[in-house]
Amino acid sequence: MDVLNRAVETLQNALKDKVLSVDVFRDQTTVDLDRAGILEACRILHDDAALRFNLLAALTAVDYWPKEPRFTVVYQLYSIPNRVFLGLRVPLESDAAEVDSIESVYPNANWHEREVFDLFGVDFKGHSDLRRILMPKDWEGHPLRKDYPLGYEEVQFSFNFDEIDDQKPYAKE
Amino acid sequence: MDTDNANQAMDTTLEELRHLVSDRALEGETMLLNMGPQHPSTHGVLRLLLELDGERVINCVPDIGFLHTGIEKNMESKTFHKALVMTDRMDYLNNLGNNLCYCLAVEKLVDLDVPERAQAIRVILVELQRIASHLVFLATHALDTGAMSVFLYCFREREIILDIFEMCSGERMMTSFIRPGGLWRDVPEGFEDAVRNFIRILPKRLKQYSNLLSKNPIYLSRSKGIGPISGEDAVSWGLTGPNLRAAGVPFDLRKANPYSGYERYDFDVPVGTNGDVFDRYMMRLQEMAQSLRIVEQALDHLPGGPVRSDNRKFVPPPRSEIGTSMEALIHHFKLWTEGFSAPEGAVYVAVESPRGELGCYLAGNGGPKPYRVHFRTPSFAAIQAIPVLVRGFLVADIVAIISSIDPVLGDSDR
Repeated sequence: MDVLNRAVETLQNALKDKVLSVDVFRDQTTVDLDRAGILEACRILHDDAALRFNLLAALTAVDYWPKEPRFTVVYQLYSIPNRVFLGLRVPLESDAAEVDSIESVYPNANWHEREVFDLFGVDFKGHSDLRRILMPKDWEGHPLRKDYPLGYEEVQFSFNFDEIDDQKPYAKE
Repeated sequence: MDTDNANQAMDTTLEELRHLVSDRALEGETMLLNMGPQHPSTHGVLRLLLELDGERVINCVPDIGFLHTGIEKNMESKTFHKALVMTDRMDYLNNLGNNLCYCLAVEKLVDLDVPERAQAIRVILVELQRIASHLVFLATHALDTGAMSVFLYCFREREIILDIFEMCSGERMMTSFIRPGGLWRDVPEGFEDAVRNFIRILPKRLKQYSNLLSKNPIYLSRSKGIGPISGEDAVSWGLTGPNLRAAGVPFDLRKANPYSGYERYDFDVPVGTNGDVFDRYMMRLQEMAQSLRIVEQALDHLPGGPVRSDNRKFVPPPRSEIGTSMEALIHHFKLWTEGFSAPEGAVYVAVESPRGELGCYLAGNGGPKPYRVHFRTPSFAAIQAIPVLVRGFLVADIVAIISSIDPVLGDSDR
């Protein structure tokens, strides 16, 4: 893949040691970046006349709890003229889970970053409207974190029906 | 409506939405109006907060999440096979397309090949699903713009497709028919006749729909020049699929990055010019005809052979083998209790759903369950672009614009 090699080279030349590693898995290229380099990397990939990664296809995160760095924010960029995907990854430590917002380059990152903020609790610096998006605004916790339990309801049998019923969170007045 | 009352009703949210509305709203000069989530023309449970100057929309703040069911979280607790059924429930108009996207991701992650016959049948089913989805678009879009009869006609044709799905999988909607490594089973006898019958029926019906709407002055005045977007803006707001092509960008993943054997079929990608409501309607109308072409070609050259991979480490053996082969029994037991393990690593696979790019980011950690599944859904991107599309138009146009981008809230909220 010509364009991908070029993209990786361009990033390595421009960002030097902010490019942590380059990983090819199942023919898909992913570049690991230091958090300080993500905004610049996006700008380069978006603006470069030969690369033109003009579509932010997806933005999500993975929680590797209890490992450190705990979070990985994942970006999937697509170049419509060159027809290739390029993945970017930014590892984040749990005590500093924040990264620059790329909204200024890709406007549609707005909602994707809100989703990651909502479900993982990753902070996006410079985001114009960082609110919860899928969960209610008074929700506690970030559901897609690995230390957030899935939650089950206990099965009620005749012998313990009242016992369990007392603890159920019914709506109160 | 009394503006003070409207502001008071919004009091809880106004403070946090201050940066999204103009200063005039705070002084009560413009009106804040809530639309949805229970509203017949928001296509599910979409809530919009509108800032209006008279009838004109100044700002629009979409609010989603009313249909959030934690599908991604739930999938992490199931094996790769069992997580499949959750994908049906995301975009409920594109069940087979969701299955396909997830299965392609799993197959890519564990490096599994799919037999040609399975690939061809997948294409037939997914294209039929695309037609069914576009028929629902056409039906609801026409209904929202005031044409009741198109609604009834479209649902009549959609029922034929759903009958075909029921014939294959036993289910009209939640099919789970496409499985990692192939299909659940081969298509039954009578499948080909049923599909050919549909191919014969639909073209003249499409012409009828077109006659009802494409030159209808009432429809034209409600759709021409309404909610336009330029190609460049559409890309930067992440619009894909028919919504992007209506704006003049010929981007179709089936052509650009073919999957499941799409490179073998000859079809055109319709492209619009203005990116308005009318163009988005035209895209879908023309795409249905192209989908029919693909289905016909796939049916003409349907290869023989098995419909699921014979790699027993990932794909359960056929029922008939279990009674005679000890090894088959072991594989069956292993796959349905423990499941298969995926290597450490992550893949991103994107397919062209009826609404645009549907992507699946799938990460494995060496265990039998997906470590992380994320779906990049086209409706999520489309709803995000609603404020750009409706700004400056009338309240009545919002209804036409929302239905023209064809959002499915189950798709966006997951």
